[in-house]
Amino acid sequence: MQYHAEVTIGLKSGMLDPEATTIQKALENLGFPTDSLEMQKRFVLELDAPSKDEAKSRVDEMCRRLLANPVIHNFDIEIEESG
Amino acid sequence: MKIAVLQFGGSNCDYDVLYVLTEVVGVDAEIVWYKDELKGYDGVVVPGGFSYGDYLRAGAIAARAPIMNSVRKMADKGLPVVGICNGFQILVESGLLPGALMTNRYPKFRCDRVNLRVDNNTSPFTNSFKKGQVIRIPIAHMEGNYFAQEHTLSELNSQDRVAFRYVDEQGNATSEANPNGSSENIAGILNEQGNILGMMPHPERASENILGSKDGKKIFDSMVEYISSF
Repeated sequence: MQYHAEVTIGLKSGMLDPEATTIQKALENLGFPTDSLEMQKRFVLELDAPSKDEAKSRVDEMCRRLLANPVIHNFDIEIEESG
Repeated sequence: MKIAVLQFGGSNCDYDVLYVLTEVVGVDAEIVWYKDELKGYDGVVVPGGFSYGDYLRAGAIAARAPIMNSVRKMADKGLPVVGICNGFQILVESGLLPGALMTNRYPKFRCDRVNLRVDNNTSPFTNSFKKGQVIRIPIAHMEGNYFAQEHTLSELNSQDRVAFRYVDEQGNATSEANPNGSSENIAGILNEQGNILGMMPHPERASENILGSKDGKKIFDSMVEYISSF
């Protein structure tokens, strides 16, 4: 079965992100004040797996072993059948 | 005795390290391409640069290259491993050292000479320094902001595993002397056994008087001495 997965990776809450802070300030300079701004990374992938659970556990392992750094990141996985 | 200097696509301090080892320190060393076999070496240097273009996270892809399994095996035997700058990033990404290296607090590339205080002078890399000695070694990085969770930091401190901290000329770890926002001004750390060192500053750029400092050479000298007595 073919599955479509979307992985979103962001810094754990409370961690400083100087890049996001800089972007937030630049927005403010353009006249767009915001109360908060977070930057996240998003990976969109297609994979073959025998079941949805199996697909999810493979993507979960991908996150733990490469896509995210568990020291600093949280990640979220969404999976649906595709094709 | 022979020391390996790893080379990934995007490594760019590999030949500087090789030059210092062979021409300045005077030890046998060679470049080892990441797809070649890491065999018959007595120590490893993971040099700086931009392996894999810093894709995903600095050091993340190189850390998962099969050659790092060989580095792990050498470290398990007690042989010395040093990661410098991107090499430090690779070592934390591979889990050989704890924590993470994040974007500098002021998100720009910092290239500067900094003062470091030697906090651990008992490791195979730092035992020729005096404890508390202030040394001068340059930095050049964008992601050198050392981060670790509270329990990791307290473990590093209680086990005397912080090798170097960024300090002012008097040796005080002030926030002004911290070039990148690192937790507790940490510039270099050791693993539990003490035979793996990761540091953001570049000792290979401070190994000859003509470059303004020879403090970095002592790290390589100590490493070589440790291998001789192994």
